[in-house]
Amino acid sequence: MFRRIYHILIKEFIQVWRDKKLRFFLIVPPLVQILAYGYAINFDIKHVATAIFDEDRTEDTRDLIYRFRSNQYFKVKHYIESERHLRDLIDHSEVTLVVRIPWDFSKNLRWGDPTKVQIILDSSDSNAAMVVSRYVNTILTDYTQEMFKQRLWRFGLRGELAAPVDMEVRAWFNPNLMSRWTYVPGVIAMVVMLVSLMLTALAVVREREIGTMEQILVTPIRPMEFLLGKTIPFVIISFGEVVMVTLVALLWFEVPFRGSFLTLFVGTLAFLFNSVGVGLLISTASSTQQQAMMAGSFFLTPAIMLSGLVFPINNMPPFFQYLTYLNPLRYFIIVVQDTFLKGVGLKVLWPQMAAMFGLGTTMLILSALRFKRRLA
Amino acid sequence: MEADKAIVVQNLTKVFGKFKAVDGISFEVHRGEIFGFLGPNGAGKSTTIRMLNGLLLPTSGEGTVAGYDIIRQQDRIKQHLGYMSQRFSLYGDLTVAENLSFFGGVYGLSAAKVKERSQEVLSLVGLLDRQKELTGLLPLGLKQRLALASAILHEPPILFLDEATSGVDPISRRTFWDMIYHMAEQGVTILVTTHYMDEAEFCDRLVLISQGRLIAEGTPRELKAAVPEQIIAVYPDRLDDALEVIKKLPDIAEAAVFGTGLHVATLKADQTEAALREALGAQQIAIKSMGRVPPSLEDAFISLTTRAGRS
Repeated sequence: MFRRIYHILIKEFIQVWRDKKLRFFLIVPPLVQILAYGYAINFDIKHVATAIFDEDRTEDTRDLIYRFRSNQYFKVKHYIESERHLRDLIDHSEVTLVVRIPWDFSKNLRWGDPTKVQIILDSSDSNAAMVVSRYVNTILTDYTQEMFKQRLWRFGLRGELAAPVDMEVRAWFNPNLMSRWTYVPGVIAMVVMLVSLMLTALAVVREREIGTMEQILVTPIRPMEFLLGKTIPFVIISFGEVVMVTLVALLWFEVPFRGSFLTLFVGTLAFLFNSVGVGLLISTASSTQQQAMMAGSFFLTPAIMLSGLVFPINNMPPFFQYLTYLNPLRYFIIVVQDTFLKGVGLKVLWPQMAAMFGLGTTMLILSALRFKRRLA
Repeated sequence: MEADKAIVVQNLTKVFGKFKAVDGISFEVHRGEIFGFLGPNGAGKSTTIRMLNGLLLPTSGEGTVAGYDIIRQQDRIKQHLGYMSQRFSLYGDLTVAENLSFFGGVYGLSAAKVKERSQEVLSLVGLLDRQKELTGLLPLGLKQRLALASAILHEPPILFLDEATSGVDPISRRTFWDMIYHMAEQGVTILVTTHYMDEAEFCDRLVLISQGRLIAEGTPRELKAAVPEQIIAVYPDRLDDALEVIKKLPDIAEAAVFGTGLHVATLKADQTEAALREALGAQQIAIKSMGRVPPSLEDAFISLTTRAGRS
């Protein structure tokens, strides 16, 4: 049995090694991906294109506008003169944010009456809009406090005005809240899944497509031996990929690695059960490599979207939240991120590991069963 | 099981949905025999072979290959079987030597044994000097020879060749058959499926298969002798027109193009010859030559299948 598996392994490695394109795809796209995502995926919004519609034009409004102009989060690009001008800018996506100060702003302020500032947001990107509105809120709160202070002065009350409750934020594990630290480990998980799943699916389907499968089936190779011989090489190659992209994360992006490599190894192994299992399952259902590619993308895209890497799972409707429990990538991303940033080990991450081993074993058994049936 | 029977099959049937691909076939193959499966495409030849080598499970019926049950002992059969299919099925991205060492390895040959056997089979098929070449780059004829080498690497006592020479040029086919003879002489039992009549002539014994049923069995000579009609070979100058005319004549069992002439099968040879001359003459079709010939295997095949179709 082990001799037969050994011969399949040798054959697979020779085939991978001899395939120039495959060699390229194993090295270049993963590197490009981690570099591109490391730079491009960035939820820290800066330089929001802003327009100011100042109908009042007083010293007070100038002070308020200055607050927008003097920080890096906003870039004041336009001063609006008319309603129509405003509409135009928004329609052409020239600005994301319009701050409209009404004509009676200063008057109300001086009289001590409540006054309003209108904030118009282009919310076609709702996530970005949320972030921007939070920034605006901060600026207006500061400004309001300042006004309060001045008002108190005017009433003759001296002294500092302190808010009764102040928030003191400590961002653990990622003190500067760098998106990159969160996403680069996530990308490692994505790259591993892509490589292992596709390689496995294609390697089996290719045999069926070129007709060698029939020859394999008449040899004494048993289904389990074939499946092991077909998956072990890609598990080994996938580990190579993890090492490669992890090195980029550590050396190029300088993401801290606070956990142990053993945890990462065990987590990766558990995860590979899943991606290789899905790859095999796809291969049993596809008769051509194109079909396998299609099926692969149908699995990969939702797996990434529902992994919690891009969109928080807690924001999803309950049904999808439950669905994510079946998504191995969900667990693996937690394992990778927490190993990198939190430095926790198996003591904390065992539920994720267990889930991945459980799901992965199920997946492998399912595909083995389906595979057996095709022999009969 | 009797010791001299390499393959015994009884009432083998395979149904795909509503389609009966193989319908109650029974036959026996003796040890060391070249046994042919002759029939048109889709007759059920490959399906039968695939039930014998474990690729398909029979719907009903039973059989043994090398003494092992085809339903319960597939794993044992595989070890004793060499199989070469109509599709080229070695790895194009491996070299000749790598392919052999893979297939030898999975049949349980030791590295030393693989090396020794590789030399033997490669010299048999004349590929000794191409071991380092990528298999995918070999011409088709050589690929087929390599496939044969790979199929006999583990010294199987039984060899299945499923349309093994399809698409191969006549000279390569001839060389290929020389190798088959050589193996049969060494006691290997060979089961061949083909739709080439000339290849069928090379077989010790044949079965004719049509629409999933076995319609005749015997040596090529017996099958030809079983044709009840006499065959008249006609060489007219307008072949297609002549065929039209002849088909309308009475007492014609079958008329078909054969090379540059026509073969006309009839039970009443004398009357038919006279009728032929008259009918073709009436249409101003000249007859270059005409005479009776012994039935070829193709005549036998056509006659026997038509008769099976009628009954």
